[in-house]
Amino acid sequence: MPQQQIETQQRQLELARLLIEQLEAGQADEAGLTIQRLGAPYERELFEELGRLTRDLHDALRSFREDSRLLEITQADFPDAKERLNHVITMTEQATHRTLNAVDEGLPIAEALHEKSARFIERWASFRRRELDVSQFRELSSDLDAFLGHATDEAKRLGSLMSEIMMAQDFQDLTGQIIARVIRLVQEVEGNLVGLVRLSGERLEPEKIQSSTTAAGAKAAASPLDGQGPAVPNTKDAEADVVSGQDDVDALLSSLGF
Amino acid sequence: MKILIVDDFSTMRRIIKNLLRDLGFNNTSEADDGSTALPMLKNGAYEFLVTDWNMPNMQGIELLKAVRADERLKDLPVLMVTAEAKREQIMEAAQAGVNGYIVKPFTAETLKEKIDKIFDRVKS
Repeated sequence: MPQQQIETQQRQLELARLLIEQLEAGQADEAGLTIQRLGAPYERELFEELGRLTRDLHDALRSFREDSRLLEITQADFPDAKERLNHVITMTEQATHRTLNAVDEGLPIAEALHEKSARFIERWASFRRRELDVSQFRELSSDLDAFLGHATDEAKRLGSLMSEIMMAQDFQDLTGQIIARVIRLVQEVEGNLVGLVRLSGERLEPEKIQSSTTAAGAKAAASPLDGQGPAVPNTKDAEADVVSGQDDVDALLSSLGF
Repeated sequence: MKILIVDDFSTMRRIIKNLLRDLGFNNTSEADDGSTALPMLKNGAYEFLVTDWNMPNMQGIELLKAVRADERLKDLPVLMVTAEAKREQIMEAAQAGVNGYIVKPFTAETLKEKIDKIFDRVKS
């Protein structure tokens, strides 16, 4: 036990004995004073603790205010992310309609082809059994002619509807890139919030918190040439100088001598 | 013709593979980013590279630069198919020596047109 603490304890003991003497002697006023002197060291500790808490709170509040990245996230990045996710809903909706439209058009074609060819099976069988007379055969022959031409066109149409369905699936890549970008933001917010929790929960570790937020900040500030995924309307992508489609790309490249 | 398709989304690789097959290119392989594509290119005698830009680890633009810096690969025709649409990026790809640049979403016709153009040029 350190010397100072022993002395304090000694003083408190003396005061306690004095208090008993004063109480036994019926000296109420003096006893009151002694009680105050007994309590003094605890009060000082309390004030010191209160002072330290106030300072911590002050520092925490100040560093929260100064952490502009969190502020930027709530003011700019969250609305931006919401817009991106809305765009994902729109894109998936469009892709689904595009697919269903192709199916809506394709299914009746497939059904009609099936029905027409099924009817020919019966007539063709009659012909093979030599049950058709000349005029019936002529009719079958001209119907077959028409059907074969028709079936060739319809099969081609079905093929192009299949391609349409395939191309509609490109939304998975495009929306995937947009969602991945929102996930990166969520991760950054998580990192910042963990920093805040540490700040308010533990004793302050200013250097540690400082470095974690600057690291996150540096990550967010990627090079403009880094891939960012598709440009989304009504987000900060609109500020960037973005082409509007393939024609724009071709014009730019031909201006560069391509 | 042996073609390498590089994209981190397997769905997009399948779409491009199907489109190339429709155009008569049946010999395709796939890689999911630049760092897996580069060793394949170095060992595989590929004649054409179709690559995305935004991918983990090694991005398409880095792959393009690595191809152009490689003595044996430097003349490989490279077509970029990407959602990256900043003018700055397209100019960067042009400077790095890309042979064609398609922005997603794209059509089968655009792909055919760009591939035809690239091979017309390579032949002449």
